[in-house]
Amino acid sequence: MESVAETRTIDLKVNGKAYSRPVPVRMMLSDFLRHELKLTGTHVGCEHGVCGACTILFDGRSARSCLMLAVQANGHEITTVEGLASGAEMHPLQTALSEHHGLQCGFCTPGMLTTLVELLNDNPSPTAEDVRIAISGNLCRCTGYEGIVAATLEAAGRMRASAGERS
Amino acid sequence: MPMLNMRFVLPDHVVDLNRVAELTGIRRAGETIEIGAMTRQRDLEFSQDIADACPLMSEALTHVGHRQTRNRGTIGGSLCHLDPAAELVCVAAALDAVVEVIGPNGRREIPFAEFPAGYMSPAIDYTEIVSRLTFPVWPRETGHAFVEFSRRHGDFAIVSAAAMLLLDGAGRITRAVLALGGVAATPLRMRDVEAALIGQVASIELIGKVAEMCRDVEAVGDVYVPASYRQHLACVMSRRALETALSRAGKSAAAAH
Repeated sequence: MESVAETRTIDLKVNGKAYSRPVPVRMMLSDFLRHELKLTGTHVGCEHGVCGACTILFDGRSARSCLMLAVQANGHEITTVEGLASGAEMHPLQTALSEHHGLQCGFCTPGMLTTLVELLNDNPSPTAEDVRIAISGNLCRCTGYEGIVAATLEAAGRMRASAGERS
Repeated sequence: MPMLNMRFVLPDHVVDLNRVAELTGIRRAGETIEIGAMTRQRDLEFSQDIADACPLMSEALTHVGHRQTRNRGTIGGSLCHLDPAAELVCVAAALDAVVEVIGPNGRREIPFAEFPAGYMSPAIDYTEIVSRLTFPVWPRETGHAFVEFSRRHGDFAIVSAAAMLLLDGAGRITRAVLALGGVAATPLRMRDVEAALIGQVASIELIGKVAEMCRDVEAVGDVYVPASYRQHLACVMSRRALETALSRAGKSAAAAH
């Protein structure tokens, strides 16, 4: 059982904060975030890449944290749902999701948010169809997705408006 | 990783190839495209070189998993996993791609037709890795189509079909390719259908007739989908792929004149 105990020290940034931790080489990134860093906002559903609950941003790109080993994050930057708000101010997408009944039990929400933040970064003016394709890899069993799509379109509008004000 | 998570594979060692920069990249060399094994599905999806030289692959990529998995998934990973229903595997079969592998004895090239040794088993040794996929570029006026039937968007296909048709000035088919994914244990090239198309004047009637030749294809059945349904889908998806390919054939050439 020697290999089970084998560890490597990884250096990574999570939500802007630098960490250096020894991790078992067989530990999944999702378990590392939850059990080692205590960032339990990243949810773990199917553990084989289908449900989307564990989606994080890996160097700015959405990825399944259950499909990566923690050691693969060495030298990389991760954003989890905990990193989306600025202090007490929620991300526009979080605000819109709450207003549009875009979540009920909240299990899928962290994966929805990280996926949709990437979408809005890539495409500030998505159509409803773009949003549906983007979240096709995120399962929600409560809301029927309608609220999530509506919230994303509204958040996109608000983000465009505030970007317009700044420029 | 899902294979590890579900304990389908129990490797003694796992080597991460993500940092081997030489294994990544898309290069057009004349009438050939070379893709490094660690090139991400996402980068292929948004590559202008791929869109220009192989729109069949661009179209197939939109069916590969989801945004979050394409961001990490690689073409070499798809090929080595060799799920018979995987889109990129079907495309590689359609393109007559050549797979380059590297091992202790150097490099060797495997024509894709010889790459699947069996169900989900590439014909490479345990000491080898896939390093590159190479395939010829078809003329711009080629009509292409990738279609698939799956229960949900992003699922592996129950049956997928990749088709390419090249016509001469008289509308006669000079080159034809039809590959089916998901039907059997490995991707299939429907050579008898291709032979029945070549030399004929292209028409919807012809396509409807040759697509029926897929009715007797040897298909696998499982708890979700009986073999007879896969045979039915093989006909339907072949017809749709060939019809779409025909509707697109020659348009680039016409636009250029």
